[in-house]
Amino acid sequence: MATTGIVTATPGSTSGWAAMPLSRQVLLLRVALIAAIVLIWEAVAASGLLFQDVVPSLLIIGRTLVSLLTDPDLKWPIDAGVGGFRLAFELWIPAFYWHLYVTIAEVAVALAIGGLTGLAVGLALGANPFLSAAFERFLYYLGPTPKIVFLPVMIMWFGVGPESKVAMGTISCFFPVVLSAAAGMRQIDNVLIRVGRSFRLNTWQMVTKIYLPAMREPIVNGVRLGLGVALIGTLLAETKLSNKGVGFQIMDAYNTFDMPRMYAVLGVLFVIAIGANALVGRASRG
Amino acid sequence: MTTRASIGRRFVPVAFGTACLLVLFVLVEALVRIGTINPFIVPLPSEIVLSFKRIVVEEKILPRFLLTCGEALMASLMLSVAGIALGVLLHRKRIVRLATETWIAAMASAPIVLMYPLFLVIFGRSAWTIIMIAFVAALPPVILKTLEGLSSTRTVLINVGRSFNLTPSQLYWKILFPSSLPTIFVGVRLGMIFALINIVGVEFLINFGGLGQLVNELSERYDLPGTYAAICFVIMVSVMFFIATERIERWLRPGS
Repeated sequence: MATTGIVTATPGSTSGWAAMPLSRQVLLLRVALIAAIVLIWEAVAASGLLFQDVVPSLLIIGRTLVSLLTDPDLKWPIDAGVGGFRLAFELWIPAFYWHLYVTIAEVAVALAIGGLTGLAVGLALGANPFLSAAFERFLYYLGPTPKIVFLPVMIMWFGVGPESKVAMGTISCFFPVVLSAAAGMRQIDNVLIRVGRSFRLNTWQMVTKIYLPAMREPIVNGVRLGLGVALIGTLLAETKLSNKGVGFQIMDAYNTFDMPRMYAVLGVLFVIAIGANALVGRASRG
Repeated sequence: MTTRASIGRRFVPVAFGTACLLVLFVLVEALVRIGTINPFIVPLPSEIVLSFKRIVVEEKILPRFLLTCGEALMASLMLSVAGIALGVLLHRKRIVRLATETWIAAMASAPIVLMYPLFLVIFGRSAWTIIMIAFVAALPPVILKTLEGLSSTRTVLINVGRSFNLTPSQLYWKILFPSSLPTIFVGVRLGMIFALINIVGVEFLINFGGLGQLVNELSERYDLPGTYAAICFVIMVSVMFFIATERIERWLRPGS
């Protein structure tokens, strides 16, 4: 990518800021920006410009975060056994981990169902121009619609439990995966397909030996997009109607006006979401 | 003959896809009527079609549609102004770009819409909560695409500008901005789509505003055909919005 930025340097100033290596300048600017954000935050918190406690001090949020992650306030009964050996005991853990476990499980199931279905449908659409011309436009136009409006339907179909949250995650992640897989399939080099055919590979072998390896990048990109929207779909569904999961914890903090806890939960959630996205992104490049 | 054959090649799959959709509706209608599908979970498709008139007349769909459009327009205006301005700032100040570009990219992957309870506390249960959430959630793509557009301006164009002794401001308005406009619009379009998704989503979640609230209200009244019809209406609106912005994008990028 060509950089065409207009760099304004002050001629002759070789000391101080200008003489500093670029990496150090960037680091200093980052530190200054973080310091400015912290200062503004603390000033707003102390001034009471917004309603009281809406912007709590970062120290209070930090303490709440530590408490959220370390205070064991939930009894988790463990009951497992193999053959004649049985292990049953109660484990005290911070409740946040239980809610996080519920959300991660819902998102994982949604990603598995939506991702695999999307991949299969994407392969079929990408391989068959007739099917693609017949159905892909429906998927293309349905993709950017707000999926959360399907929640009442999902609740009617699957109930108020985790199943409806999984369904929301599934329909959210299906679209990016199917569209990426179909586009990736069409971009496969024809030479690779002819090589596969010349070896007389059957359909399954063509999928596993030719199509999937050649489509690695678009598929991982689709899964990356799918993961993001599955997470949002599942969490939003939890905020609307649920009694477990991180989305429920956010709404619980809102309903009890426990703002530090809300900030702490949101902070952890953002770190997890950004980290997961970066990991999948690295997988697509690596 | 060749033209007719090519029209036929394009028309047949489209007709097949539409026919499959109609067959699906007829199949669902039949399965609900014979009781295989519970009518208390899936209403008759014919009832859904008939309830369109009811939700248009009784549920005041036009004012709701205009309210959602107004929120989307406001968020889009704010997005375009702030996003393009920040993109230009990042392009002009290389050091700011190096320090913050990864943060903005990370923000793009964060589930910002989940902060809606926080915005509710700050802005109250008002249209501003919805607009601000949409604005914040959709801002990163506009900034990043503006930056990408400006950075990918061909060097030869910039050199031509410099050979004419253009001032930095003239260089921006005469060369950089026009050449990067198609890419900037891709970002604005992405931002507008994100904004609309977030607006309808938050309207639904906080039960306030236009079309999202309509879906929520009808589902809370257990008006099944009405709920399905309202969902269909939301889908139609977002599809039309998507097609309209796509057309504008194609008009700006005639070669693509």
